[in-house]
Amino acid sequence: MKKLHIPVEHVTLANGLRVVASPDRSAPVVTVGVYYQIGFRLEPRGRSGFAHLFEHMMFQGSENAGKMEHIRLINSSGGLLNGTTHYDLTNYFESVPSNALERVLWLEADRMRALKVDDENLRNQRDVVKEEVRVNVMNQPYGGFPWLDLPPVAFRNWPNAHNFYGDFDDLDAATLADVRKFFHTYYSPNNAVLLMLGDFDTAEAFSLAKRYFENIPASPLPPRADVTEPPQTEERFGEVPEKFGPLPAIAIGYTFPSRQSDDWYAAAILDRVLHGGRAGRVHHRLVLEKQIAVEADGSADAIDANGPTQMVTRIFHKPEFTTQETIWEFDNIIREIQEQEISADELDSVKVKFRADYYSMLEGGMGSYMPRFGLMHYLACFTLFDGDPDRVNTVLDGFLDVTLSRAQAVARKYLVPQNRAVVVRRPVNMGGAQ
Amino acid sequence: MNPITHTGIQDPSASYPKTAPPLGSERPVAWPKRTVRTLSNGLQVVLAESHTFPKIGARLFFRSGNAVVAHHSPGLAEMTATVVRTGTTSRSSRQIEEHLRRMGADLGSHAGADNSAISISGLAEFSDGLLELVADLARNASFPHDEFERERRQKFEELRIERTSPGFLASERLRRVLFGQHPYAIIAPTAEQVADYQREQLLDFYRQHYVPADALLLIVGDFATDAMLEQVEKVFGSWKAPQPEAPKSPAPPQHIGRHVHLVHLPGSVQTQVVLGNLAITRRDPDWYRVVLANAIYGGAFHSRLVLNIREQKGYTYSPRSGFNPLRQYGYFSVNAAVRNDVVAATLTEMFYEMDRMRSVPVTPEELDSARNYLTGVFSLGVATQDGLLGQLATVYLERLPEGYLETYRERIRALEAQDVVAAARRHFDSANAQIIVVGDRAQVAEQAALFGPVTEYDAQGNQVAG
Repeated sequence: MKKLHIPVEHVTLANGLRVVASPDRSAPVVTVGVYYQIGFRLEPRGRSGFAHLFEHMMFQGSENAGKMEHIRLINSSGGLLNGTTHYDLTNYFESVPSNALERVLWLEADRMRALKVDDENLRNQRDVVKEEVRVNVMNQPYGGFPWLDLPPVAFRNWPNAHNFYGDFDDLDAATLADVRKFFHTYYSPNNAVLLMLGDFDTAEAFSLAKRYFENIPASPLPPRADVTEPPQTEERFGEVPEKFGPLPAIAIGYTFPSRQSDDWYAAAILDRVLHGGRAGRVHHRLVLEKQIAVEADGSADAIDANGPTQMVTRIFHKPEFTTQETIWEFDNIIREIQEQEISADELDSVKVKFRADYYSMLEGGMGSYMPRFGLMHYLACFTLFDGDPDRVNTVLDGFLDVTLSRAQAVARKYLVPQNRAVVVRRPVNMGGAQ
Repeated sequence: MNPITHTGIQDPSASYPKTAPPLGSERPVAWPKRTVRTLSNGLQVVLAESHTFPKIGARLFFRSGNAVVAHHSPGLAEMTATVVRTGTTSRSSRQIEEHLRRMGADLGSHAGADNSAISISGLAEFSDGLLELVADLARNASFPHDEFERERRQKFEELRIERTSPGFLASERLRRVLFGQHPYAIIAPTAEQVADYQREQLLDFYRQHYVPADALLLIVGDFATDAMLEQVEKVFGSWKAPQPEAPKSPAPPQHIGRHVHLVHLPGSVQTQVVLGNLAITRRDPDWYRVVLANAIYGGAFHSRLVLNIREQKGYTYSPRSGFNPLRQYGYFSVNAAVRNDVVAATLTEMFYEMDRMRSVPVTPEELDSARNYLTGVFSLGVATQDGLLGQLATVYLERLPEGYLETYRERIRALEAQDVVAAARRHFDSANAQIIVVGDRAQVAEQAALFGPVTEYDAQGNQVAG
């Protein structure tokens, strides 16, 4: 087994900004990211969808780069850019030819230092976000399934349980004052990490980072909000009407062990025993063997969540089977894992695939155009949530060390009804558009 | 990169540079070691070493896809590709899937209009096994009866879901309209056509078209070329079969004047607006020019259309335009999902921006910015193993000139404003564009009718009026 080692160097600037660099000079490109430790979990009450709306506002102009200037400067430097909002973080990232590194840092520092937006920008982006929600959720078969469906059923604490894309009334209620307040509360250097990956000399990259970022003032962060869930004692169910799609869809979510616990590793391996394509037990049983489902797979956002999150199975079943029959067969799969030990051969093969997927994730761009996007993402999560970017090189061992008995114990502890939520997307028109 | 001359800054904003730092000098792309061979059976092999991650990716292409069967069994090439992975003379479906997992591998087998492909990626330490499995699927697929029936049923359900997706319905209608009787008109079969597939037809397609003559094998990743060539010869060398004949297809129709095609999707809370016209393939001398024109029009975030209908007007989230090159013909399309009350306003702006590209030269700043954008994004696109594999696939599949990748950036940099106007005049066919609107009739019919005679369809693809 060839072991991969990713070079990682990091410093913390005087203002608390963490800076992580991973040089690789094989291609003349760099990927840069700024990750803020604020996501939709902690957006203000009465302002559902705000963290994401705010992410849009970060592209609307800053002190020295007005509206569209960020985008123009990156595109005209030969680069691509985007931002995304997650539970516990929001990221802004660019991939550019390496001669544009300094320019990217200038832009990111400018908007960390001084966002400059107005009411018209806010109205404009509110309209854009509504069309985003329509195209991804309201006007799409199975839109938002299951990532918007499960949290309100699974969780009881508002930060974990609300509509993250936002109710339109809440989006309409957002004001410029909200934008300013959110910016000043969360978008400070001491709540962020800057990542640079690719073609640069690390010492030079660090001094550029210092030059552009170090004098952005730190600000006091609010005490970390309590996002813990009250203990769950019963299985939870929900139903959501499916307006377009013709097939019933089921999402089954088990709340995942905390990333600080040892169970976390074994749960991630169990996820890959159950899911991960056609060899996974869920797909194999429900789609290939019993042929109850047309599609069945799942995943867990283990690495990029820092609070309650779930391992989620998604099943689209044939209309001639009932939802109860489908869940009954799924439960058989879970019971088998709990009662009979997984074979050593299966566990070994799951680990080989785990390692391969981990490497692919590190290298992967978004659609092949953002080199090492995945490495950036993992480095950011390990820095913000665990305080240890080097974990990118050690975490794999934790997964590969999971034993058969450990996996079984974790299956018995976590894959139980009182730790799960089930949501059914029930087609309004079962005949579909046939 | 610029050397650092700056020393400490105290005041947080006073001394912050007011303007963006200039770009440093560009480093050249280091092209990986590339080897091209043709085996005695006709299989062309392209190998590129990339040692950044201990993985390899391989794609085996056959230059026959759904277009060659469209006149009798639309989608048959895709169904063949789907069933190919479900069994060989020595392996069951389950054995294949478990074998893949043991090599840390993902497998795909698909067919588009022009090609069928088996793709694999996995850990470099299992290179031999990965290649051997691809060869087994390409040479010894057994098309198990029950696997075929299972996949057929899944296809039915998949088609039912697709027919509720605005994006699918818009693409389907655009291709129908633009290509008429040409096979490119069909992007998905009907349920009846899927019901008519026979296992024997899949086998026939496989025997005729999964052959080494005229096939292409690309491998990118962490391997040594000499050893890899040996392995390729070992698993593919003895494979022999004649090259299939390509059927002749009727030409696509000529479109005179704008015409609106409204697909009624009841209950839509948004409308998918698409317009398009026939254009060119990558082999056309205008290809670089249209790519540049498109980057300025609507092919980049910082393009005129995105600025206009997203950043100024807020009509839509992700408007985009693009030239879509297929092997025999290409087409240009512009796409936006917009709120129901701005369908006419959106079309007005799409046409305004097209006409502006055709009539007024782009500014030197726009030209420079778009050239930089394309050359930079090109460098990003070859910086990962997957990206490089994709770029090599385009070059060798479409038989583009040797050196296409190496000279791409120079060719783009050599273009001027008059190239952009000329390309826009030839290939942004504003006067004869075909307009597709997918939405709720009651919300959008009146707006759509402002742009030309309207033909209406239901979500099943049947014409209902006009």
